[in-house]
Amino acid sequence: MSQLSDPTAPLTPSGNLRRRLIFSNLTEGGATLAAAAAVGVLGIIVFAVIQRGAGAISWDFITKDPPQFGGPGGGIADAIVGTGELILIATLIAMPVGVLVALYVTEFAGPRATQILTLALDLMNGLPTIVVGVFVYGLMVVGVGQSGFAGGVALSIVMLPLIARATQEVLRRVPGTLREAAEALGVSHWRTVIGVILPTAAGGIVTGTVLALARAAGETAPLILTTSIYANTVQLNPFGHALPNIPTTIFALSESNDPSGFQRAWGASLLLLGFILIVNITARTIVARSKASLTR
Amino acid sequence: VSALTPQATRARTRARLRTVDLAANRALRGLCIGAAILTIAVIGDAGYQIISGASLSIGKLGPAFLWHAEWNPPFNKFGAFAMIYGSAVTGFMALALALPIGLAIGLYLALLGPSRVAVFVGPLVEMLAAVPSVILGFWGIIVLGPFIQGTVEPFLNSVLGFIPLFGAPQTTGLSLFTAGLVLTMMILPIIASLSRDLFRTVPQDLQDGAAALGATRWEVIRGVVLPTTASGIAAAAVLALGRALGEAIAVAQVIGAGNAIHGANLFNTGITLSSRIALTFSDAVDKLNTSAFFYLALILLVTGVGTNLTAGWIQRRFAYQPAR
Repeated sequence: MSQLSDPTAPLTPSGNLRRRLIFSNLTEGGATLAAAAAVGVLGIIVFAVIQRGAGAISWDFITKDPPQFGGPGGGIADAIVGTGELILIATLIAMPVGVLVALYVTEFAGPRATQILTLALDLMNGLPTIVVGVFVYGLMVVGVGQSGFAGGVALSIVMLPLIARATQEVLRRVPGTLREAAEALGVSHWRTVIGVILPTAAGGIVTGTVLALARAAGETAPLILTTSIYANTVQLNPFGHALPNIPTTIFALSESNDPSGFQRAWGASLLLLGFILIVNITARTIVARSKASLTR
Repeated sequence: VSALTPQATRARTRARLRTVDLAANRALRGLCIGAAILTIAVIGDAGYQIISGASLSIGKLGPAFLWHAEWNPPFNKFGAFAMIYGSAVTGFMALALALPIGLAIGLYLALLGPSRVAVFVGPLVEMLAAVPSVILGFWGIIVLGPFIQGTVEPFLNSVLGFIPLFGAPQTTGLSLFTAGLVLTMMILPIIASLSRDLFRTVPQDLQDGAAALGATRWEVIRGVVLPTTASGIAAAAVLALGRALGEAIAVAQVIGAGNAIHGANLFNTGITLSSRIALTFSDAVDKLNTSAFFYLALILLVTGVGTNLTAGWIQRRFAYQPAR
């Protein structure tokens, strides 16, 4: 270069570089805006549910059955109890199966079996939940009628892949040295699994299960065909008849055009959403903490 | 060192383990294999149940079911075309909206945003996925629908009215458009969190190299980050589309349960495969009607499995391979 650049030239970029920087900043701003929009949507939904649902919630709302012949008053005690039962059934089925499947993959399976199982779990996870409902309808409802148990089974199919995958992740993170130590001491395989591997992974397995449970608690589609036509009273026996539950209650009330029904649906939504968000936040905080303590 | 034959080693091991331990080892193995077989059997049985439930209608209606638009159970008219149309329109609308926004969120969380903020925003975005679809749909009926009808429809019609998609505003906010928006909210967190994880895997060296050559942050993203993750992004998009096509409840609540295709206008009511099942399965008038619902479920099952396999295939086939 024969010429020295002008020392008084401004240091701010100009021309092409200026254009490129402006464009870059614009895209960064767009990304920030997108993130803000997603959080905003969540905020709007949660706010709407709290604003409209808070008025509906009272002691009676939680402890009383809905009025037999429609109209205002009463609560959704039947649905709260029923949803509790459904989740319990689903967890009792999905948790042992999910944990055992994950153990199979990490302890016993060869690469081929692992591949097949991973595919099966992916497909199960990708199954539209309404298809799960139709499947369980064909399996357990046709000819017999709806039952709470069928609803629980349908929810367990939703939970199983979530639990299996979460468990697999934790089992993989169990330090190999623990297993080697157990093996060096001559501990048999099953004792290693029950006494060393599972206890080490227990926290993660429970968190994974609780997150899956929170997901299942809000699922409506699998229940709509399996346990949606019920008497509005608290029922403890899940066999032989449908169980009232919160998601199908909200669905039915939202489809009917009745203001007092809407009011009840907002209250039920607030209870359900509150439960799910609190469980999610708690579980995630615990996971974050345990990860932080592992990397320290 | 005396070399032990494999038989001798096994004999020693056997002696060391008590019979109880051996039995328990076998039992644990058996239980695990049993659970694995059960999982695979459930998937297989789901396919079997749905195909056998649909066999009556497959026999009577044949493949014409897919392109007949009329659905009128009392007159034994069963056609899925209006539902396939509705599913496709709402699904692709949701994908078209959620893909760019979701990728932008993924970029923000993984690369652009300050990590102190991203730590909070990430879980919040995922929390959006935790909102049950029935609550999202109920909110869609009461809050979003009227807003769409009163504000968004007239606005879009006046600005983009020359496109047939944004036709005359309707009397209700329950429409294909509203359903597409609700689906957007449901698949947005999926795309955002999948793409965030993808963007985090982009080698820092490549990004630093581009930046050292004078690339702006956007040029680093455009030139390095997006190309290296393209296959993953495509897979995530396919997975999210599968989710959108399968979603039943929220769509059933806000789509207005139309029965036919009313022109191209998105502000009209419509119906999708899954919402048809959710809304009227229990009203089935006869065996053929129920079987037709199983036929719809079969279409959904095939799309669900298809999108999943396609996503996996894309990821394997087009995965970014660093040059050696």
